[in-house]
Amino acid sequence: MRLELSEDEVAFRQEMREFFTTKVPESIRDTVKGRHELTKEQIVESQQILNDAGLAVPSWPEEWGGRDWSNLQKHIWYQEMDRAGVPHPLAFNASMVGPVIAAFGSQEIKERFLPKTASLDIWWSQGFSEPDAGSDLASLRTTAVRDGDDFIVNGQKTWTTLGQYGDWIFCLVRTDPEAKKQAGISFLLIDMKSEGLEVRPIELIDGGHEVNEVWFSDVRVPAENLVGELNKGWDYAKFLLGNERAGVAPVGQVKRTLASAKEWAKTADRGGSLLEDPLTAAQVVELENELLALELTALRVVANSADGKPHPASSVLKLKGTELQQAVSELVVDLAGPASLASGSNENGTESALADWTAQASQVYLNHRKASIYGGSNEIQRQIIAKTILGL
Amino acid sequence: MDFEYDDEQRALREAVRDLLNDAYGDWEKRRDASRTDEGYSTKTWQQLAEMGVLGLPFTEEDGGVGAGTVEIGLVAEEMGRVLAPEPFIPAVVLAGGAVAAAGSDEQRQAHLPSLADGSALLAWAHLEPGGRADAHAVDVKASGSGDSVTLSGTKEPVLFAGGAAAYVVTAALEDGGTGLFLVDASADGVSASAYATHEGGRASKVVFDGVAAQPLGQGGDATEVVARLLDIARVVAAHEAMGAMAMALESTTDYLKSRKQFGVTLNNFQALVFRAADMYVQLELTRSLVLWATMVLDAARESGDSSDVADAAARASLQVATAGRHIGQEAIQLHGGIAMTAEYRVGHVLSRLTALEHVFGDKRVHVAALSKGLEEYGEYDPLP
Repeated sequence: MRLELSEDEVAFRQEMREFFTTKVPESIRDTVKGRHELTKEQIVESQQILNDAGLAVPSWPEEWGGRDWSNLQKHIWYQEMDRAGVPHPLAFNASMVGPVIAAFGSQEIKERFLPKTASLDIWWSQGFSEPDAGSDLASLRTTAVRDGDDFIVNGQKTWTTLGQYGDWIFCLVRTDPEAKKQAGISFLLIDMKSEGLEVRPIELIDGGHEVNEVWFSDVRVPAENLVGELNKGWDYAKFLLGNERAGVAPVGQVKRTLASAKEWAKTADRGGSLLEDPLTAAQVVELENELLALELTALRVVANSADGKPHPASSVLKLKGTELQQAVSELVVDLAGPASLASGSNENGTESALADWTAQASQVYLNHRKASIYGGSNEIQRQIIAKTILGL
Repeated sequence: MDFEYDDEQRALREAVRDLLNDAYGDWEKRRDASRTDEGYSTKTWQQLAEMGVLGLPFTEEDGGVGAGTVEIGLVAEEMGRVLAPEPFIPAVVLAGGAVAAAGSDEQRQAHLPSLADGSALLAWAHLEPGGRADAHAVDVKASGSGDSVTLSGTKEPVLFAGGAAAYVVTAALEDGGTGLFLVDASADGVSASAYATHEGGRASKVVFDGVAAQPLGQGGDATEVVARLLDIARVVAAHEAMGAMAMALESTTDYLKSRKQFGVTLNNFQALVFRAADMYVQLELTRSLVLWATMVLDAARESGDSSDVADAAARASLQVATAGRHIGQEAIQLHGGIAMTAEYRVGHVLSRLTALEHVFGDKRVHVAALSKGLEEYGEYDPLP
């Protein structure tokens, strides 16, 4: 047993820290730290800076920009991005469609898409969920029927995050309606400017527009946009979701927010620092300790996953990570108190007398309720733990 | 970075696990041991001594093997898995640890080899009526100096004092601070009365009435030594609690798979398996934090800089307190009525966890301690 990082790992951490705090514009990092919404331009700019330095897609095969890093190095890379307030590379590109294309796509598809996916010259949307296919993803009904050199796609996708920015969408579509649920699904890449494709915004409880419905009416998609083999899409989706779960515990981000919350607590009450209130302090201590346990669990997992098999404790990460993310966002609302009502004070040029962070508090809290739902709801995570680890 | 045991540590774990399974794998044997005067099996204690377990923390010159917290912790975890009642923490980690840390050559030679070989027991007499989790003695006072020190006052509860040859006693010094003293159990002026504790152990009220006492080493204020020993004991106790929690979860999953109600086994009910999943989450989080604290302690032992030790011990204890209550309570609920019976093992996990939490400071104590430092840092960084 050994707690220290190796010399190389310490140097690596220093290199990442240096890069993220000096090469990514402060305006972008302040937007993240202030918990404001990033614009599309900010996300693209940040990823391009990372990509130019070879830091956007380290998990990809080396010939397409990957870095052959250890899991611990990837963990440090994430942590240091979070610490500096650097937005992660767009997950749809970097950890979802990119690895699938690299692993299963034809040479032609790889050459056509991977460089632009890494550089975010193509903004990908995810077309998995449907109104009747949430956690039960294989129930999806969007169809693709072969017609000459094309597929004709019909149906509806939903919860398409940031779909309003999307250039292309990767979709799971049903190509064999006769086959059993999982067996008749294919993985198709669709240009979002195609005729018959329509993106409709869904307004959420925080007032934001983050997710969308995507409708397909007789959308023509060239058959060459099929990734891998026909009717093998479910295998690719499972591969993708496995990647998604690995980076899903938002440890660094929650840590940074909790550290900010402590700063905010000092000025949140005109009677003095709220950290001197024993109940508030106790709340912070308990959250910080749970977060420490989670971070150490993540380190335990990454330090010991050299043989490629997932560490059993990795299933704890998404479940507990999102619970703590929600709990910290709840704490910030409590710290803001009555000022948390002033969520509109940033708009219409109002010069609010209230601190900027208080205006975000309620919206972020409401928005984060999604965290225990997406990426396999926490009930699904409990089911996985019960079945595959405890054998129940 | 590495959170795994090495081969030698795994071998130690297997050996201790085998020994303890023979001793207490059958819950009836644990009940039998708890019914003896000592409250534990002297045979098992002797076997642990022969395996070198009772001398783990001490140097070879003192009759031990000079092991680190990792090894001591994994022994405690195995003891926790079968709820072994032997006084490993009070006798070896605390009383023996105090002699090792503060005693003279002569005192170490007089007490540590015999503790390590199982021939004599030391008791840790620190807790006092009204005392909580701190390193100070108040009620027991030391008077005089040098060779003519006497102690007066009451220690209670003193764990497993019954069979002890000597006590390691903390006492308030005349000019402030807390000193460490050795007192012969048969000395004039010592009166001890023993009773059973709720988790099957033994404790005593020990009254000192002008009893002759030997200061450990040079004497003087040993508050720092006591504080450090308590921190080590907290982390070792965290391992023991973790073993008990792991056993409770295993027992619960086995039970859910075998017990039938309404014609099906209980694992057909999602409400129940989800609760077992949450127990698993708590246990894994606890393991990460406890292993980390163990490594912090061993790093401090090597570097001689113990500034991080109290903090790490408090963090591990806080997580154990939270997880222990959760897992202990849920284990009983998911087993149903059977877990309430004395002849079934799992309910006793909560009893043991409750004892382990309170003996070195409960959740409130650790939250309060950690609250004090909150403004001194932003993000908490667990890596050196």
